[in-house]
Amino acid sequence: MPIWEKDNECMSRDELEQLQLERLQATLNRVYRNVSFYRNRFKSLDFRPEDDLTELTDIRRLPFTTSRDVSESYPYDMFAVPLREVVRVHSSSGTMANPRVVGYTRQDLRIWSTIVARILSAGGVTQDDVIQVTFAYGLLTGGLGIHYGAERIGASVLPTSVGRTERQIKIMQDFRTTVLCSTPSYALVIADRIEDMGIDPKQLSLKYVICAGEPWTDAMRREVEERLFVKVTDNYGISEIMGPGVAGECLEQNGMHLQEDHFLAEVIDPETGKNLEPGQEGELVITTLTKEAFPVIRYRTGDLCRILPDPCPCGRTQNRISRIRGRCDDVVVIKGINIIPNRIGDILEQIGGERPVYQLVATRERHRDHLEIWVEVTERFFHDKMREQRTLLEIMGQKITNFIGITPRVKLVEKGSLRRENGKVAAFVDRRG
Amino acid sequence: MLKVKSVHTYYGSIHALKGVSLHVRPAEMVALIGANGAGKSTLVNTICGLMKPNKGIIEFQGESIQGIGPEEIVRRGIALVPEGRQIFSTMTVEANLEMGAFIHRRNGRQVESDMERMYERFPILRERSQQLAGTLSGGEQQMLAISRALMSRPQLIVLDEPSMGLAPLVVKEIFRIVQELRREGRTILLIEQNARAALQIADRGYVLETGKLVLQGDGATLLNHREVQRAYLGKGARQIWDA
Repeated sequence: MPIWEKDNECMSRDELEQLQLERLQATLNRVYRNVSFYRNRFKSLDFRPEDDLTELTDIRRLPFTTSRDVSESYPYDMFAVPLREVVRVHSSSGTMANPRVVGYTRQDLRIWSTIVARILSAGGVTQDDVIQVTFAYGLLTGGLGIHYGAERIGASVLPTSVGRTERQIKIMQDFRTTVLCSTPSYALVIADRIEDMGIDPKQLSLKYVICAGEPWTDAMRREVEERLFVKVTDNYGISEIMGPGVAGECLEQNGMHLQEDHFLAEVIDPETGKNLEPGQEGELVITTLTKEAFPVIRYRTGDLCRILPDPCPCGRTQNRISRIRGRCDDVVVIKGINIIPNRIGDILEQIGGERPVYQLVATRERHRDHLEIWVEVTERFFHDKMREQRTLLEIMGQKITNFIGITPRVKLVEKGSLRRENGKVAAFVDRRG
Repeated sequence: MLKVKSVHTYYGSIHALKGVSLHVRPAEMVALIGANGAGKSTLVNTICGLMKPNKGIIEFQGESIQGIGPEEIVRRGIALVPEGRQIFSTMTVEANLEMGAFIHRRNGRQVESDMERMYERFPILRERSQQLAGTLSGGEQQMLAISRALMSRPQLIVLDEPSMGLAPLVVKEIFRIVQELRREGRTILLIEQNARAALQIADRGYVLETGKLVLQGDGATLLNHREVQRAYLGKGARQIWDA
């Protein structure tokens, strides 16, 4: 497979580190000048980028930026350019009280489509491909992010967006889709439905599946590969950093190449915040090196992985990260949507006037993930009349749907029946395994 | 080829370069732009050994060169075409060229053939070879300054404000010459206040502001960058030397 930007993806580590240092200096100088959040933080530490940044590792002196920081800067407080230079705005799934809003300048969009083109090329996509994008188009970064990268390559893009599986499959057949972009679990939903519909997957034109959006396992990869007769690559994106394109696997399938000329990655111990050695598993922390509208310094992604520093046979010199093993905070990922259990509690509290005892449960029926919310009954959450009771459950379901974007099943359960660990109700139980 | 890492230089008591990093790859033309007083010339002087950095690393072809004297820097392969030409105005054109080949002075044949090549490149200099350099026009002086730098057979040419003080048409000619050098595969670090002209011909560029790097990217990207346009290119009014 050709390498999209050979000069940039295969430069020597020495050259790469020089470039990273130059870009980090420019980034810190710019956020210090343009973003009060960072200026105040740097000042309180007595950190002046011009004096205190000599080596890349000097960045370790700076504090982390968290999703809460971004959320509290809602909507535009952390932008580093005036709004008139912002040409696109995206926003995270509404897992927080305030969603996380990110912006892009024209130059940011150019770089974004370039790095998506890189990861798609690495996953096998060429201009001869027909690529079906089943990520959400809209405020989330998934759909449009992949879309522009695929166009950059010159592939024929089918922006089918999420859902309506049968229609997706019909399009896949009729339009002779060669590359599918989806979450791993949705790829399996498609495989199931293809089977139900009595279609022979070998009759499809599919060659590659580009997966992203949720933690998954190698067993799932093998299953998609065996059932759809494709090669599957893993990808990593995060809206606060850029969206899709931050890291992507090549056809060697041995970890995702980080686009290190645009992002500086660290892995830390999520408890102590200390930097870990290469190869050790911890929380991925990323600093953007070229973002103009929304640069972030040491952003805690909450995702657990390892940095793999040994060279990859594909020739790319950019370090790889291992498959994301999970989250190190209480964020729950269902259908590619990040959900913080506490926020669900906030909604329930608003409806009932008190915070009930509740638990999020993820289930999987034939590869389809569902979110259930089990609420222990109390007087406030209990009505004698069936109709009122049902209305209450419906309201809860609706409010949560509005907030997180997926529809949960809300169930009332008996008092004291939720699983407890050390006397505390677990906020989340995963029954997908 | 050239690697500057977190360099700090003081100009008297002024902290003129505040942690500047940049690099130039072989056969690449890199433009360094910035307003007056941004630290462009301090950076040039630091690279060329005329000023000593207080902190930081400068590497040329893998070897550290910070703090080395200017003559040794020329020997290592960096030639400076200084701001305002700074030719030896009371010497003849020919003597100026000989001075440029100072480090090769024991190799008379090479100096002679190189000088011949300069005369072929700039026939006007041959015509004026016995004239005092001070009597040349501004553009001719700039050609002489460039030729003088080439006489040392440099690996890297540092051009400090080649358009400064020249008439627009002459500037256009000088930029044509710079472009020609670029096409010959020479490695060039071009320092310019004339951001538009410099970015139009450069592979990459850096923007220096009050001693700090604030932007970097390829020439076309910077040329179209709003901040660069606002700060350095002015609005509308295409300049006469626009390509």
